[in-house]
Amino acid sequence: MSGAAVSKEPFTPGMNSRALVELHHVDKHFGPLHVLRDIDLTVDRGEVVVVIGPSGGGKSTLCRAINRLETIDSGEIAIDGRPLPAEGRELARLRADVGMVFQSFNLFAHKTVLQNVTLGQIKVRGKDRKSAEERARTLLDRVGVGTQAAKYPAQLSGGQQQRVAIARALAMDPKIMLFDEPTSALDPEMINEVLEVMRQLARDGMTMVVVTHEMGFARSAANRVVFMADGRIVEETTPDEFFTNPRTDRAKDFLSKILHH
Amino acid sequence: MFDFLQGYDVLGAFWTTIQLTVWSAIGSLVWGTVLAAMRVSPVPVMRGFGTGYVNVVRNIPLTVIIVFTSLGLFQTLGVSLGADTFDVINFRLAVLGLIAYTSAFVCEALRSGINTVPLGQVEAARALGLSFIQVLTLVVLPQAFRSVVGPLANVLIALTKNTTVAAAIGVPEAALLMREMIENEAQLILISAVFAAGFIVLTLPTGLFLGRVGKKVAVKR
Ligand SMILES: Nc1ncnc2c1ncn2[C@@H]1O[C@H](COP(=O)(O)OP(=O)(O)O)[C@@H](O)[C@H]1O
Ligand SMILES: [Mg+2]
Repeated sequence: MSGAAVSKEPFTPGMNSRALVELHHVDKHFGPLHVLRDIDLTVDRGEVVVVIGPSGGGKSTLCRAINRLETIDSGEIAIDGRPLPAEGRELARLRADVGMVFQSFNLFAHKTVLQNVTLGQIKVRGKDRKSAEERARTLLDRVGVGTQAAKYPAQLSGGQQQRVAIARALAMDPKIMLFDEPTSALDPEMINEVLEVMRQLARDGMTMVVVTHEMGFARSAANRVVFMADGRIVEETTPDEFFTNPRTDRAKDFLSKILHH
Repeated sequence: MFDFLQGYDVLGAFWTTIQLTVWSAIGSLVWGTVLAAMRVSPVPVMRGFGTGYVNVVRNIPLTVIIVFTSLGLFQTLGVSLGADTFDVINFRLAVLGLIAYTSAFVCEALRSGINTVPLGQVEAARALGLSFIQVLTLVVLPQAFRSVVGPLANVLIALTKNTTVAAAIGVPEAALLMREMIENEAQLILISAVFAAGFIVLTLPTGLFLGRVGKKVAVKR
């Protein structure tokens, strides 16, 4: 947090070669609601950043802005040194490089598990069916649902569906993975199977932005915690520092609430 | 008892009805799908066109549309749709009118199907890098079609019966022959019953068959 002074330095994405995602003075409104306020955030290659904060604070909007599912009003976002394209083919290509996992899984209900994981490879990456299926089976095995390949999403448990969704995103060979509360819709006994897959990804060096309230995950896998409230980044520090020694009242208040339930 | 049928080509007339139905069904399925795609497209001009088309066409009586194809398109503007005999010209004009009209209903049925596809799946598809057309054709429409087989069957049944309006521009389908027979023969009730039965034979199996298909292809959520 560099204070409130608006810096006038020009945005030069790619200057820092370690940076994979760069957000610079990003602002976003929904009508009168100011949901992202002057957001500055850099995510380095191989880094795992956990975004945490009260509901309605703008965490989902931040994630969605990074692959332009949501447009921004002002500021700049760059991925791998290139500013986000506005529309069309360029934007589609960028989205293919950014994997996204949603709270509600969002698997394609009319397609089998295997087809869910091959669709993007075939239609976006232009792979042939055979190699796409091979890759899909490898990934499904890796997330532990290899035996479910022929089933439809509705036949799977929530935890299995979410792991398929992770495999679907990984199949695009993304540069970064965004997770928006991936375990919030799951029954407690399924949360760990999903978190374990994510921990493994982190160990394998995947760059990840994870919106979650799972402190265990944050402590064991995150390099950095970003605390967001009311559209602002309020604190940005290591997991240990954040959970044991939060500096702002807003964070203290939030932590006391999630700890006491 | 059925002597009055002699000398009339009832089967031939119903064959024309079937041909009108099949061509119009194919055409309105295609055009109706395009209209539905326009109505959900991100391009405002297309959305406007789709909405305007449906709201105008749906509210014009079919007879007016069919008569317009003959008086307006053919006789005034000389549009003959590549045909040179009156029979073929009128048949094609009738199909064109039926497509123009029925597609508005296909569009609306499909749009209600599109609304059953969870937005999250659309976002997931966009997040994979699929284009608007790909999202539509690979994720949205396949699920939309499956959820509206029943309503589309109703549109098809209505279309089958609506082909009788083609009689207004002289297409020799079932209703035209029925009118001719009623003028010439005394068996008013029997003649009507024969034609009514003919239409039921065409529409009832369609409805039953598509009802079953609809259940079979429904997407489990
Ligand atoms: N599409 C939208 N239209 C209007 N308001 C929205 C929309 N999406 C989110 N919001 C509002 O923006 C604020 C931030 O939402 P969100 O980013 O989902 O927060 P979080 O994920 O931290 O709970 C909330 O007040 C929410 O109601
Ligand atoms: Mg959220």
